[in-house]
Amino acid sequence: MAYLDHAATTPMLEEALEAYVSASRSVGNPSSLHAAGRCARRLVEESRERIAAALAARPSEVVFTSGGTESDNLATKGIFWSQRATSLNRTRVIASAVEHHAVLDAVDWLNTHEGAAVSLLPVDDHGRVDPAELAELIDRYKDEIAVISVQWANNEIGTVQPIAELARLAAEAGIPFHTDAVQAVGQIPVDFAASGAAALTVTGHKLGGPVGVGALLLGRDVACTPLLHGGGQERDVRSGTLDTAGVAAFAVAVESAVKSQQESATRVGALRDELVNRVRAVVPDAILNGDPADRLPGNAHFSFPGCEGDALLLLLDAQGISCSTGSACSAGVAQPSHVLIAMGADDDRARSSLRFTLGHTSTVEDVDALLAALPGAVERARRATAWKTPR
Amino acid sequence: MSGGVDSAVAAARAHDAGHDVTGVHLALARNPQTYRTGARGCCTLEDSRDARRAADVIGIPFYVWDMADQFHENVVDDFVAEYAAGRTPNPCLRCNEKIKFAAVLDRAVALGFDAVVTGHHARLGADGLLRRSVDLPKDQSYVLAVLTRAQLDRAVFPLGDSTKAQVREEAAARGLAVADKPDSHDICFIADGDTKGFLERKLGSAPGDIVDSRTGEKLGTHNGAYAYTIGQRKGLDLRVPAPDGRPRYVLSITPKTNTVTVGAREELSVDTVTASRVIWHDSATPVECEVQLRAHGEVVPASVTVADDALTARLHETARGVAAGQAIVAYRRDPAGDIVLGSATITAGVASADLQTSGGAARA
Repeated sequence: MAYLDHAATTPMLEEALEAYVSASRSVGNPSSLHAAGRCARRLVEESRERIAAALAARPSEVVFTSGGTESDNLATKGIFWSQRATSLNRTRVIASAVEHHAVLDAVDWLNTHEGAAVSLLPVDDHGRVDPAELAELIDRYKDEIAVISVQWANNEIGTVQPIAELARLAAEAGIPFHTDAVQAVGQIPVDFAASGAAALTVTGHKLGGPVGVGALLLGRDVACTPLLHGGGQERDVRSGTLDTAGVAAFAVAVESAVKSQQESATRVGALRDELVNRVRAVVPDAILNGDPADRLPGNAHFSFPGCEGDALLLLLDAQGISCSTGSACSAGVAQPSHVLIAMGADDDRARSSLRFTLGHTSTVEDVDALLAALPGAVERARRATAWKTPR
Repeated sequence: MSGGVDSAVAAARAHDAGHDVTGVHLALARNPQTYRTGARGCCTLEDSRDARRAADVIGIPFYVWDMADQFHENVVDDFVAEYAAGRTPNPCLRCNEKIKFAAVLDRAVALGFDAVVTGHHARLGADGLLRRSVDLPKDQSYVLAVLTRAQLDRAVFPLGDSTKAQVREEAAARGLAVADKPDSHDICFIADGDTKGFLERKLGSAPGDIVDSRTGEKLGTHNGAYAYTIGQRKGLDLRVPAPDGRPRYVLSITPKTNTVTVGAREELSVDTVTASRVIWHDSATPVECEVQLRAHGEVVPASVTVADDALTARLHETARGVAAGQAIVAYRRDPAGDIVLGSATITAGVASADLQTSGGAARA
């Protein structure tokens, strides 16, 4: 089996798995006052410090959550609510048009349920936001903007956004800036303090940790209204018994992924380049989507003209190759990707796309397996496109 | 795989037979939310999940194919247009003809598959003949008879030799959670089961007259002729009682004048059925056989002639409530399961001069 879908989830690192199992063997709620509780608390706080150190945040800025979706919702909704509470004028949300649905749908919810005005930042044909567009929006709506959210790197096409520049524009205007860095951490350098962002989303399972645990890095002075109410365990911003084992494994994974980031990017990047070149050699009209240079090292995203992405996926799956159409599913039906549409692709190009993502377990054998199966799959998928023609 | 018990067991049997089987669920709603609230529709998210779970248990890959556009064009729009034209369509038949054994089959073949397996209750054996299921009340050969030879050659119906009860038992034994899932009877794209309301929304209100077949007298008004079917008795809401006090039935619908014609029960009787769009598998005609004139309807012995894409059936017993738009399916009696000879779309049910005379005599 060739697993080429590391952007969906990547195998747990051995050391993270060990940390998880080891922590799971001990009893103790980190909020309990007795020895067992203190022991669990110590593990949580050590983990918090490790994550903070790896991502250049203060320990108090690490708010543990259930993962990327919760962190994105907490940042966009929570900061929106707090900002609006300080000034009733602040009801505008700015996000890029290529955000993950965890941000886009949260923003859409703010629009329909909280009366938020929404401005979506357009992207160029590489999927990149132009900071000048943000500057213009800030100029126009300065006192109305509650929160700005732009992902660090795109989950579908791998394009890396000019985060430092965008965050600086927001900071100059005194507007909290959130970035979803779920795909970025471990793949490219991520420095929370230097980025100038007010909030940053990170999750465990994209970097070798377990699913179901993540964090929102939240600047100490950034007000954020909670989504979940209860014990107030995390800075009163997030309630729920802390997942000690998950947090411990998450911390090990973050530390390990960040430590090996450069070396891994070089190795995986070279493998990705080989994949791209070989795909282009066998399917000359394949279009590489996303920024050709400024992209995640593990990401290769193509449109295969004349194919349906989901037909290609089925055919490759049957050959033991796991990849993704990269777009959101509704009842399992692949919708044309909003990311590609925002980049100016037409419906056919959007539907013809397929994402291959490499990670820490990827080898040249995976690329070989893909290349062995791809030409036949493309040929078949092209024939199958004729089914669309109504009789 | 609809998410029901039949397609789950069909897939399991095909897998057991050693075929390389892939499960496919059809997404037929343009907006999945549309049919989500009604648990009765066949394309809800819940059904998709049930189908996926069945595929997991069987151990086969599973995908959802988006056929919403094709389904809408070929089945839903056709359904509405047929009612607007005063006919009574069968959307399940149309779905088999245009979606399951056309759009799905074509795509599957292009992707390298050999056949489409479904959970229909019908037999299709090595002799290539389409026969009724052993479970006569569940038999679905009527809605499959529209398939051409080429379509049948790539169709597999593994359930034809089993009763529904046996299929449910087998599903339970296989650990398929859908074993006791209720049957779906309704039209899948009308989740609330209210066909009249659905047509009203699609076609709008179009008031017209309800007239007496003999006198031409206006007996009442209707809000849209599409809401009536041939043979219908209830819901006519006629203020004027029939002179003889007997109930009146819908005899015909004339879209041109937007008229619904009603009359006495015996006026519904026909002894000749004409039909077009013929699919005919068998040899020469005329042929003595049995015809079925609606889904789950009785069969009538008849002499069937096919010529120039037209089918004529002389019925040896009269039939009532024959509606244009429904299929006429011809069967030959056979101990190994009645054999489908062919199918066509009914254009008219006619009472011959003989029948009119005898009918008149009966009334006198």
